[in-house]
Amino acid sequence: MTVLVYLDHEGGVIRQASRSAITAATKLGDVDVLVTSPDAAAAAKSAAAIPGVKKVFAVTDTTGNSELAEPVAALLAQLAGNYTHILAASSATAKNVLPRAAALLDVQPIPDIVAINDAETFVRPIYAGSALATVKSADAKKVITMRASAFDPAPAEGGSATIEEIALPAGPGGSTFVATELSKSERPELESARVVVSGGNGMLNEENFKLLEPLADRLGAAIGASRAAVDKGFVSNEYQVGQTGKIVAPELYIAMGISGQIQHLAGMKDSKVIVAINKDPEAPIFQVADYGIVGDLFTILPQLEAELDKAG
Amino acid sequence: MKVLVPVKRVIDYNIKPRVKADGTGVETAGVKMSMNPFDEIAVEEAVRLKEKGVVSEIIAVSIGEAKAQDTLRTAMAMGADRSILVETDVVTEPLAVAKVLKALVEKEKPDLIILGKQAIDDDMNATGQMLAGLLDRPQATFASKVEVADGAVTVTREIDGGSQTIKLALPAIITADLRLNEPRYASLPNIMKARKKPMEKITPADLGVDMTPRLSVVSVSEPPERKAGVKLDSAAELVSRLRNEAKVI
Ligand SMILES: Cc1cc2nc3c(=O)[nH]c(=O)nc-3n(C[C@H](O)[C@H](O)[C@H](O)COP(=O)(O)OP(=O)(O)OC[C@H]3O[C@@H](n4cnc5c(N)ncnc54)[C@H](O)[C@@H]3O)c2cc1C
Ligand SMILES: Nc1ncnc2c1ncn2[C@@H]1O[C@H](COP(=O)(O)O)[C@@H](O)[C@H]1O
Repeated sequence: MTVLVYLDHEGGVIRQASRSAITAATKLGDVDVLVTSPDAAAAAKSAAAIPGVKKVFAVTDTTGNSELAEPVAALLAQLAGNYTHILAASSATAKNVLPRAAALLDVQPIPDIVAINDAETFVRPIYAGSALATVKSADAKKVITMRASAFDPAPAEGGSATIEEIALPAGPGGSTFVATELSKSERPELESARVVVSGGNGMLNEENFKLLEPLADRLGAAIGASRAAVDKGFVSNEYQVGQTGKIVAPELYIAMGISGQIQHLAGMKDSKVIVAINKDPEAPIFQVADYGIVGDLFTILPQLEAELDKAG
Repeated sequence: MKVLVPVKRVIDYNIKPRVKADGTGVETAGVKMSMNPFDEIAVEEAVRLKEKGVVSEIIAVSIGEAKAQDTLRTAMAMGADRSILVETDVVTEPLAVAKVLKALVEKEKPDLIILGKQAIDDDMNATGQMLAGLLDRPQATFASKVEVADGAVTVTREIDGGSQTIKLALPAIITADLRLNEPRYASLPNIMKARKKPMEKITPADLGVDMTPRLSVVSVSEPPERKAGVKLDSAAELVSRLRNEAKVI
């Protein structure tokens, strides 16, 4: 069996989530990868260094077309001939592209797997993680996205795969790339951070939400948010954790002023240690928290910082 | 311009689903069902485009059991003009749904198809992309803003790390994210009016679509339960526990 993994990268460096996808793929067979980028040379080099990768297909594209689902899905479908499985880490990009490629191949995709039982059988959460379904695919090829948090990342260095430059199929067909707006952050990436500090409705406003930064700084943490915090404009959408946001599983997750609705829990309940700070002792977040403090977060936050400074 | 909006009947999002004791699935008997929340947003967006005078007709479609009629009535109470029920008792997989929708698109020739980004039961997040692939038409998933002008639609979409804007030639497929709009509640008079709006009933066989699922469910189980931990009295105790007991800082 041979697996084609579609890799995500940032600034030419393969994302940790995609290295987890390599780990999942090696459980299924030999691994080739595809990477598309304005500067594919750097990304391809980074991909070729991951142990376990045999061959890297690299698309250099400076037109913005590699940001579009249409040509990338067509390319995946075109490459699919030689592979039994097409796999990617669940990300907005993969979710945009892989189902389209699956349709071109007449395959029912298997999204967000958390375990591989055998080459046909996979475990995936349904109903916002309220249940786990074990499903067996009858398709000749499997098109899969996986939860990075469920697989350890492959190392970044040590491999030496061959690199082949290939071209994107012609024209996106009616779709034009206009612009991308990325918010810049010096913090660790939410999905791979060791510690995540998240704020909810209890942060009250944008100004107050920034109060989480000094705590996150002390812990080297990424910052996350509930849907309510995002909806009210405290932070932008890429901070959202949950069923429809990012799925995280850090060593430590600190929920500040988050009630813990099932849609939020869906994104963080696999964290190793969960801390909740909430003034409502009945808040559902306490049912999953290892450590909780009932109280006003605006009082507790500075105390936490002081304690960390003291003992640190 | 015509818009097609596929709407799915799912367990209401406020209800915690229960896994059946025999591990074959999730209990739906006697459970409150509603329109998939993302589909409400898709309907709302279509209705707003109609209110702006951009859209002339909205057709809601549901594929599922006879009871999906309720969902279609809700869509019509929100403002859809007519609806189509494609009746089947089989579990609806995105690939099969996309094939049904493709057949309907070929028949109805809508300029825009607005779906939800994800059904909150199967959490597949696939149908819109698959329909676009089958139709060989452009797609804009996870839309947070939609503007139609001069035979094209400009969509701002949510991506990892920010947002992206793309422009699509019509006909095009859009999937709605939560931030696109806030759906309205259907008013009582509109609920009454919706009863008189036309609903066509057909079967997948009428459209020549085989609904047989490609994924068979081996088992469905409860996820490992997390236990509630301890409540602490002070920040000092929390820091001490995190350092010495959990050893995560
Ligand atoms: C289809 C769908 C998908 C969704 N997807 C997501 C998702 O991906 N992620 C997500 O998070 N949500 C999602 N939601 C929304 C979800 O249902 C909740 O509405 C949301 O998570 C609530 O956010 P919250 O806990 O911040 O707000 P609230 O529920 O308002 O809770 C705020 C909490 O802060 C506490 N608080 C207030 N002030 C203080 C204070 N001074 N000190 C301490 N505590 C305080 C309160 O006691 C309360 O518990 C989704 C909903 C739907 C319908
Ligand atoms: N059985 C169905 N009937 C009508 N629309 C559906 C059905 N299944 C999926 N859809 C549409 O496809 C979207 C995405 O669903 P899914 O790919 O299953 O997550 C939903 O939000 C609906 O708009």
